[in-house]
Amino acid sequence: MWSALLTSNTQWVLMSTMVLGIAAGTIGCLAYWKKQSLMSDSLAHASLPGVVIAYLLFARKDLYLLIAGAAVSALLGAVFIQTIRKNSRITEDTAMGMILSVFYGLGIMLLTIVNRSAGGNQAGLDSFIYGQAAAMVRSDVWTMIILACVSIMIVVMMFKEWKIYLFDPDFAKGIGLSLKGMNVLYTLVLVTTIVIGIQAVGVILIAALIIIPPVSARYWTHSFGKMLLLSALFGGLAGAIGTAVSTLGSGWPTGPFIVLFASIQFVFSLVFGIQKGILVNYYQFKKRQKLAQLHAQGVGK
Amino acid sequence: MTYSAWIILTACLVGATCGLIGVFLILRKMAMMADAISHTVLLGIVIAFLMTRELSGPHMLIGAIIAGLLTAFLVQWLHTLDIEQHASMGIVFTTLFAIGVILIATSVGNAHLDVKHALMGEITFIPWETTAVPLLGNIPVATTMLGLAFVIVLFFILAFYKEWKITSFDPALAASLGIPVLILHYVFMSLVSVTTVAAFDAVGAIMVVAMLVTPAASAYLWTDKLSVMLVMSSSFGVLSAILGYYIATVIDTSISGSMALATGVIFIISFLFSPKHGLVSKWVKPATTDVMP
Amino acid sequence: MTHSALKVVNLAASYRKNKVLYDVNFDIEAGSLTGVVGPNGAGKSTLIKTVLDLHPALTGEIEFFGLPFKKAKKKIGYVPQRGSVDWDFPTNALDVVTMGLYGNIGWLKRPTREDKEKAYESLDKMGMASYANRQISELSGGQQQRVFLARALVQDAELYFMDEPLAGVDAATEKAIMKILQELKNLGKTVLVVHHDLQTVEDYFDHVLLLNKTVIHYGKTETTFNPTNISETYGGNMLWITSGKENGHVVSSFNK
Repeated sequence: MWSALLTSNTQWVLMSTMVLGIAAGTIGCLAYWKKQSLMSDSLAHASLPGVVIAYLLFARKDLYLLIAGAAVSALLGAVFIQTIRKNSRITEDTAMGMILSVFYGLGIMLLTIVNRSAGGNQAGLDSFIYGQAAAMVRSDVWTMIILACVSIMIVVMMFKEWKIYLFDPDFAKGIGLSLKGMNVLYTLVLVTTIVIGIQAVGVILIAALIIIPPVSARYWTHSFGKMLLLSALFGGLAGAIGTAVSTLGSGWPTGPFIVLFASIQFVFSLVFGIQKGILVNYYQFKKRQKLAQLHAQGVGK
Repeated sequence: MTYSAWIILTACLVGATCGLIGVFLILRKMAMMADAISHTVLLGIVIAFLMTRELSGPHMLIGAIIAGLLTAFLVQWLHTLDIEQHASMGIVFTTLFAIGVILIATSVGNAHLDVKHALMGEITFIPWETTAVPLLGNIPVATTMLGLAFVIVLFFILAFYKEWKITSFDPALAASLGIPVLILHYVFMSLVSVTTVAAFDAVGAIMVVAMLVTPAASAYLWTDKLSVMLVMSSSFGVLSAILGYYIATVIDTSISGSMALATGVIFIISFLFSPKHGLVSKWVKPATTDVMP
Repeated sequence: MTHSALKVVNLAASYRKNKVLYDVNFDIEAGSLTGVVGPNGAGKSTLIKTVLDLHPALTGEIEFFGLPFKKAKKKIGYVPQRGSVDWDFPTNALDVVTMGLYGNIGWLKRPTREDKEKAYESLDKMGMASYANRQISELSGGQQQRVFLARALVQDAELYFMDEPLAGVDAATEKAIMKILQELKNLGKTVLVVHHDLQTVEDYFDHVLLLNKTVIHYGKTETTFNPTNISETYGGNMLWITSGKENGHVVSSFNK
């Protein structure tokens, strides 16, 4: 069985999207509690010019270079968003919208130039940007898995630091935790997850993998630890199932199927979730109403 | 009119229309809603195409408006279920966009729809497809649609000016005065959808976000008067369009990408040098707050 | 017997699993100035929001001057907490006050010069006339609160709900606001104010509604606002210091 797993390219890709899903689900929980769900979307779009510039500078499609370019560009976007928000009356929401679209516009300008000059060579670049998991080779997969595991480790090993940093920053500061340091680390793991996800699901949809699993997990538990586990599980499952399904048809895109499965998990959680799912909420509202009525009658007598 | 004149005119219409809508978008803290709607519009267009097998204006427009409204409705609904606003947007638009891409890959084949084209926009091709408009003669389809969108947006903003103002500033008060806040919210979302679809062909789904958000944000740094902000934002939009066109011709690259970059350049200038809220003026003269006598 | 401005029967409300209000019954006399007082989390803001249909009620009936909410809307003025709006909005003080009239102006029409004059008068009453053209973010907290109050005045309602109008304002503003509330009362209007400062209750309000998830006591301040009722409302964690001068109470809470 192991030999089958190791020989087939599909299995490799499946493995990498699953690990990606787990990483995105884990890091997504941090973003969820920082109330910065769409930051991942913004930074993913903002990575585009970096990818193209890395390609233009080194004239080859080396995964490390593209990822490094994407990361620098995304980090720059994050710094810009912070700077704009801190130094003017512009809200974070608006700053995110601006950075997302202006960086993306710059990326498209550069991409057009590459397409014009480089001839047939740019095909690989497009599939990197818009996500084509099937095009990944074994070394890409290893790179992805290693970076994803590092990100997961950072979250898991510093579990209690993350917890107080997210829930009670003032307290965290009080006990000597550097908020600035945590902010930098948070941005770093977020950007890492985004850039390694680009190749598998594309700049547009990577945000979904970071946003959706934590929200689904929230419907099943109130504990941060369990939420982290569940979210990782949801992300991993979506990655694996989505990839598997996308291999059934020729030319079926991987990213959208992964997102679709993450959404199905979300809808299921939304309806049936035991903590605050729709059914539970409705039942509780009715129960409260009944109790209140009974109580009122009792008092009326 | 010459080929490039049509392109510039179309781009200017995009800038003017987006500039107007963008002001209320950022004042309502819904900048990212533009991003969400601009993505889901793709699904509307794909479904309209699957149903009619035609890629013509009206079908696309209706499909896109429905998709835009569906996005607004789903986001609002998830938000009432206690999911944070940005998370709701993230869930809704990525899901609908993914469905759109899957439909293109599985049912449409490579016909005329292509995701990349939708995301980038191709203003260069606009002058080729024309339609006859009474009194004006043959006009490119995209230009006609944008002209129409501009008139619609301008009309709604002027006609319901005070309603937009109060529902953006203090929705609770508006509701207590009997102004239908929720209906106005959906009307506004329809306007965003109309603008997005009309601009879609010209600048693509993501660059339209730049046109919607950035000029408005720049204007917000120059003035404290809503009416002035609307005029400035619209002018910045037009300016970015023209500037973008020339950047693109000089270095021979994507016009829509250059337009997006131009909005960014105008914003950086505003961010640094606006007399009231600019960084430089803040350094020169620290903010003063006056105390009640 | 005076007629009733607001009658609440068997009102209950909850936030998901937490019951916030139950068995709420009271009947506010028209022309009274009532302070709604209770500890943190007693449901004061929720009470106002539920009464104004901004939060769903589980059970209960609410009548305004004998009418249901929808028919009485025009007679009601609401002053939310100051933090509920974005003060960076591009508009000036006069404009914000004019918004109070939008409900009467009607669709497709602009505020007339008369409307603006009305708004200006109202600002003047709050001592804010010289700030009419000031961008709202340039106003101090107290000034912003005065603008909000001026806006409520211009609405010309019969019944006013105010959520902590005195929170975080300077002494001058507090004085100005209380003067206006007294004036409103003298004009026969009914005013309900969520209030957090126990020391000033006796000076400011003729009626008091002691609330802690349900109405603990309601009545005229002089008879209702006494140590026994207050410790009943706030639970046992209260420390009473009766100072020598004219029965003034100094109250501090051990909660938090």
